[in-house]
Amino acid sequence: MKKKKAFSAVMTMALAGSLVLAGCSGSDSSSSEGSESSSDKTVVKMMHLWPEGSSNAQYTIVDDIIKSYEEANPDVDIQTEILGNEQYKEKIKVLSASNELPDVGISWAAGYMKPFVEGNMFAPLDDVAQPDRFVAGTLDAFSVDGKPYALPLELNITPVYYNKEIFEKHNLEAPTTYDEFVNVVDTLVENDVTPITLGNKDRWTGSMWYMYMADRIGGPEALNNAINRTGSFEDPALVQAAEELKSLVDKGAFVKGFNGLSNDEAKGYFMNEQAAMYLMATWELPNYTTSPDVAQEFKDKVGYFKFPTVEGGKGDIDSYVGGPGVGLFVAEQSKVKDEAKAFVSYLVDEWGKRSVVDAGVIPATVVDTSSADLDQMYIDILNDLGNATNLTLYADVQMSAGVADVHLNQIQALFGGQSTPEEFAKTQEEALAAEK
Amino acid sequence: MKNVMSNKFVIALYTLPALLLILVLIYIPIVLSGYYGLMDWDGIGQMTFIGLENYVTLIKDNYFWSSTWHSFLLAIFSTLSLLLYLAISLVLASKIKGSDLLRKIYLIPMLLSSVAIAQLWMKIFDPTNGMANTLLAFFGVENTPIWLADPAIALYAIFIPVIWQYAGFYILIYYAALKNVPDEVIEAAKIDGASPLQIALKIKLPLISGVFKVTIMLAVVGSLKYFDLIYVMTGGGPNGASEVMASYMYKEAFKLNNFGYGSAIGFGLLVICLVMTWLTMKLTKSKDDVQ
Repeated sequence: MKKKKAFSAVMTMALAGSLVLAGCSGSDSSSSEGSESSSDKTVVKMMHLWPEGSSNAQYTIVDDIIKSYEEANPDVDIQTEILGNEQYKEKIKVLSASNELPDVGISWAAGYMKPFVEGNMFAPLDDVAQPDRFVAGTLDAFSVDGKPYALPLELNITPVYYNKEIFEKHNLEAPTTYDEFVNVVDTLVENDVTPITLGNKDRWTGSMWYMYMADRIGGPEALNNAINRTGSFEDPALVQAAEELKSLVDKGAFVKGFNGLSNDEAKGYFMNEQAAMYLMATWELPNYTTSPDVAQEFKDKVGYFKFPTVEGGKGDIDSYVGGPGVGLFVAEQSKVKDEAKAFVSYLVDEWGKRSVVDAGVIPATVVDTSSADLDQMYIDILNDLGNATNLTLYADVQMSAGVADVHLNQIQALFGGQSTPEEFAKTQEEALAAEK
Repeated sequence: MKNVMSNKFVIALYTLPALLLILVLIYIPIVLSGYYGLMDWDGIGQMTFIGLENYVTLIKDNYFWSSTWHSFLLAIFSTLSLLLYLAISLVLASKIKGSDLLRKIYLIPMLLSSVAIAQLWMKIFDPTNGMANTLLAFFGVENTPIWLADPAIALYAIFIPVIWQYAGFYILIYYAALKNVPDEVIEAAKIDGASPLQIALKIKLPLISGVFKVTIMLAVVGSLKYFDLIYVMTGGGPNGASEVMASYMYKEAFKLNNFGYGSAIGFGLLVICLVMTWLTMKLTKSKDDVQ
């Protein structure tokens, strides 16, 4: 009997032990080769957010770049850990709290990156940046006090995509002025077609509409100044922009129940041709050009136009809402900082060469469109980008997390009718003012 | 045997693994989150001690109290829905035809993951293409609701899948408890001429009252810290209309980088849960409860 008890005690211990171990084993799995790295190689750990399943194109590019880098540098072993977007964001936070960031990883720009830089988590990359190779302004979004802390990979601008077939059916043309745009909306509403699909549960989607409206009425300075505190959010142009949006909502311009739809759900309305227009960044381009999962028939129906100008407004049609997507950082506490920096620089170059053609992603590096065989829509967008007079970074990325949350909630409230345009401006002015 | 159990060392040894687990995984984190609540911490950089400031902000934070109110609404609704579950189990346990099959059907939502349930109901609630509105339109409703997008009904719309989700769990508990009621008692009642309703209300219910109290507690505490469907279906929106305590805590800590304040909310949530547990115990205690 005694023996049996002792045995069960051992078993209990073993069970407890295995539970604890099981809790740990998740964190250090998955290397690129799956092999035990030999001791004479320098191991560079990298985390990125393009899983093989959901972002196959990006995954393949990164994987190929790693392989060719390892071939060229036989003494370096790049080990990757891959997570989906949201898990990635959370894991990075937890890792940085325990000071265990990977040597190389992905970061977002400006407001997202700032606490990491202030917490001394990211290494400055001024020695490997070579600013000339990037599209103007993209590196700045990843810079704090003039020093870059991550090298940008992607660049996006936001055109309005529209369904040519629906437009033709109602004798409409892509609008260039706001009056024409309102006319398009009115015509579609009269004919029981949903003019615009919008997934405003995600909030940043509605923010892009507001940002364009503010830009076209008050010029890019109005919103930028309000955010950097040289101006006020109660600027008449910013209030007027909110009023215009509200009148669009009241017309029924946006899909029913937009405040409860996620961006993906809203996108479904456009892809299923239940809505005529969709304002979204150029990361959607593959769906209308190269993606094998979308029917060619639908791709042929999609066109895009620049957000129309408002008569008497200060913004011109070549000013865009947009900005760099993600960039690559090198961890400050990394033991292989030099190798990591060299690899990051190499990856950015190679990514620039391949991303448009292979993944349909517009890179932050300057692209030579003449050599590659590109879909016309890409060439148009890249040309537009070349002619852009201004690029306004997404408002919620410019703001600090707390203020951005107020802004995004107010966007939902404005669209949903819980805030008047005046309250909308006032609440944000207060949040911005309270921060300084 | 007696020898073993009186040996203090062995007792300590046996309790050690469980004690360690519960300490490391539960009690130490609780103390730590109370401690982090005293800090100004973005989760990344240095912590600075700011005393009770986070807790003072918490008490003045209208958004926190509105999310607390939403949590309480959920608690009230799920407690009321226990009566429905109980009614269903009473029917199921009374040996009707197909009760076995029905019991399994009721259990299905419990087997689905919360995210799958959320996705399913988001499709149902889709304002234009969803099942709910298609059905309403079929019956001639003209202004079909926009469900999750309407601040006035978003929260209640989420209650529906929550109540549906937990039906199987509680029905299973009640069913098991009802099956434990001795047949002799019921037969005796039948012989004395009691109607089925009388048997249910006067005999079965009092006999499972202990289980009923436990489920009230589970429902109240479970609702107060409820998170998953809310997070996936609305993310607390629109504009905070369906925010509950746990989703607010998550948002502050992980989305807004306020780990200090997030921890304070978590600690507040713990206190509220403890008070409610104590209150529920107090309210459901009857004279004949012997400790």
